[in-house]
Amino acid sequence: MKERRKGKIAGLLFACPWFVGLSLFMAYPVCASVYLSFCEYSVLKPPMWVGTENYRDLFHDELFWTTIKNTGLYAIVALPFGVLLGIFLAMMLNSKVRGLAFYRTIFFLPSLLPQVSLAVLWLWVFNGDDGVLNEFLRMLHITAPNWLSDPAWSKPALVLLSLWGVGNAVVIYLAGLQDVPVQLLEAAELDGASAWAKTRHVTLPMLSPVILFNVIMGIIGTLQVFTVPYIMFPGGSPARSTYFYTMYLFDNAFRYNKMGYAAAMGWIMFLAILVLTLFALKVSERHVYYGGEAK
Amino acid sequence: MAKAGFTVPILAAVVLTAWWGTERITRTVYDPTRIHVTYWEKWTGFEFQGIEAVVNDFNKSQNRIHVDLLSISDVGNKTLLAVSGGVPPDVAGLWGPNVAQYADDAAIQPLEGYCNEFGVKASDYIPVYWDICNYNGHVYALPSTPASTALYYNRDLFQKAGLDPNKPPETLEELVAMGDRITKRRSDGRLDVAGFLPAEPGWWNWAWGCVFGGRLWDGKGKITANEPENVLGFQWVQDFAKRYGPEDVQVFQSGFGNYASPENAFLTSKVAMELHGVYMNYNIKMYRPGLNWAAAPFPYPKSRPDMKGWAIADEDVLVIPRGAKHPKEAFEFIRYVQSQKAMEKLCLLHRKNSPLSHISDDFWRRHEHPYIRLFDQLARSSKVILSPKMGIWPEYSEELNNAFEEIMLMRKTPQQALDYVTTRMQPKLDQYLERLRRRGEVK
Repeated sequence: MKERRKGKIAGLLFACPWFVGLSLFMAYPVCASVYLSFCEYSVLKPPMWVGTENYRDLFHDELFWTTIKNTGLYAIVALPFGVLLGIFLAMMLNSKVRGLAFYRTIFFLPSLLPQVSLAVLWLWVFNGDDGVLNEFLRMLHITAPNWLSDPAWSKPALVLLSLWGVGNAVVIYLAGLQDVPVQLLEAAELDGASAWAKTRHVTLPMLSPVILFNVIMGIIGTLQVFTVPYIMFPGGSPARSTYFYTMYLFDNAFRYNKMGYAAAMGWIMFLAILVLTLFALKVSERHVYYGGEAK
Repeated sequence: MAKAGFTVPILAAVVLTAWWGTERITRTVYDPTRIHVTYWEKWTGFEFQGIEAVVNDFNKSQNRIHVDLLSISDVGNKTLLAVSGGVPPDVAGLWGPNVAQYADDAAIQPLEGYCNEFGVKASDYIPVYWDICNYNGHVYALPSTPASTALYYNRDLFQKAGLDPNKPPETLEELVAMGDRITKRRSDGRLDVAGFLPAEPGWWNWAWGCVFGGRLWDGKGKITANEPENVLGFQWVQDFAKRYGPEDVQVFQSGFGNYASPENAFLTSKVAMELHGVYMNYNIKMYRPGLNWAAAPFPYPKSRPDMKGWAIADEDVLVIPRGAKHPKEAFEFIRYVQSQKAMEKLCLLHRKNSPLSHISDDFWRRHEHPYIRLFDQLARSSKVILSPKMGIWPEYSEELNNAFEEIMLMRKTPQQALDYVTTRMQPKLDQYLERLRRRGEVK
């Protein structure tokens, strides 16, 4: 009991710098944005109370729903791909082969590239006319899609690109994999378990808290996708197929000076992410193991 | 322990030396006897150097005011935030289409009082450039450098196609016919050279309806994006997607480099005819000096001979943000920029035409653009097209850009695309005006 209390105090102390930072620098803007979401506010004139008008307008705003659809579709595809690839690469990098440190570095390196450089680089890779990717596809006699200007291919291009940054998750998975008790794997092996059975019944359950963490970070990350599409697809082109929620929020706030409207969008997004995170936690309750015991 | 005891002072010394050094290098000489006017300008590169030269001239011309010039990226947003924070610059260099939005948001000050005091009047300017600075009966800005547009065409590509390079198209129909003769495809069927592409450079997608005599709003409260003339304009645009194939156009365009780069489609002879501003000559000289080109008034629709000599006009403007500490001194500087000597120097350095109604012989003689008189003449035309002066223009133009994309991808007919824009923007304009009314800012 005493130990537990001590642990709690230590946890709170570790979280303290974050609490102090939040209350000093973020608490006021966060609270103010709730009020501003019920106002017409351009930053330059005092906010004018409009009640729930911003929220009502949003629900009748076709573009709002388009951006939700775009963001949802992107998240639904990019998130599982990212998680699966991350786990796969981490498992590969956890095996005992020569030059492991080199491979680990290689897979982590791309995630260090700044988002803006990444966007500019991939603009050339995806170039429909003479991009590297399409030249390669043409060599294989595959019809090369027009990644950047065909509405059907713009989102897949972004999903492909999102995998470029999978290195961050790989490092976390790798740390999780190294925590999988060797004795459990050995016991399974003695019982004659196949490689797949060991993965399915030992490695993955032991890795489940890490997977849950990455899934939640992935939900937040994919729903807030902004920098790369903002640079690669100005205005959400082609035909708004890459116009994501955060881009519309940004445009409302900083291009159209509709801060109240943008604040309402921000709060809707916050609630959506909160609900999805709670949902992920609830659904995972039965499948996530902490320290080898069901929670 | 001993190691740490040695490292900390060394590190501290490095930090202090770096701080002292950078302070020494970057500190500007502050003259306490002068009033300091801060001026934020959007430009970098040669345009910034042009402005810097004029600012230096002003600072030397008197000993009362000193203008501190700073190049600021995304100057519009930063000016707005600085105004709201109560620390704006005294002068900001914005874009012409910003004026209405910033005036509605009370981010910039009306200048007519200063104009009267310092003798700045409408007749000093080419009407369109004075017009851009005016909104709702107030003068909110004064020009820095202006621009007008014309047809740039590649004489070599004309010759190769068996066309007379001295006879550019006069009507849009001629432009299409000549474009067809110039257009070439590769052996795999992909476009190699296009005669004309309405999406290149893509800065004035909203304007094609206006070329056919359309208006984008009635100037009061009605969005008119789907009026027949605008539909005709967008139909003309969509015909190119039909002619070349929407996918072929997209693939072809994705191979173009940036406007200000050697990979620009006009500079690489991928597109033979383009609508461009006066400043294009600089890029040609910079990146493809050997290009054999010419400029002419942009063709007009055969059905609208009254649109002969049309051009799009735009300009950079100087404004005094609300809350500026030294508005009068700021205006003295802006007034200086409006003098013929300073303005012509600035426009020469920016490689643009002058917004002033009177132009010196020296300006014509020294200007490096071989067709500078054409651009001046087009700016003076009564058929000049301006972006609409409305506070919601950033959002409206975005909608029109999207409509343009939809029709170029053949996802919508021009009528459908423009109907959608109208239906979407009308309630937004109504609400915008209603909110201004509720604030008591319009009747």
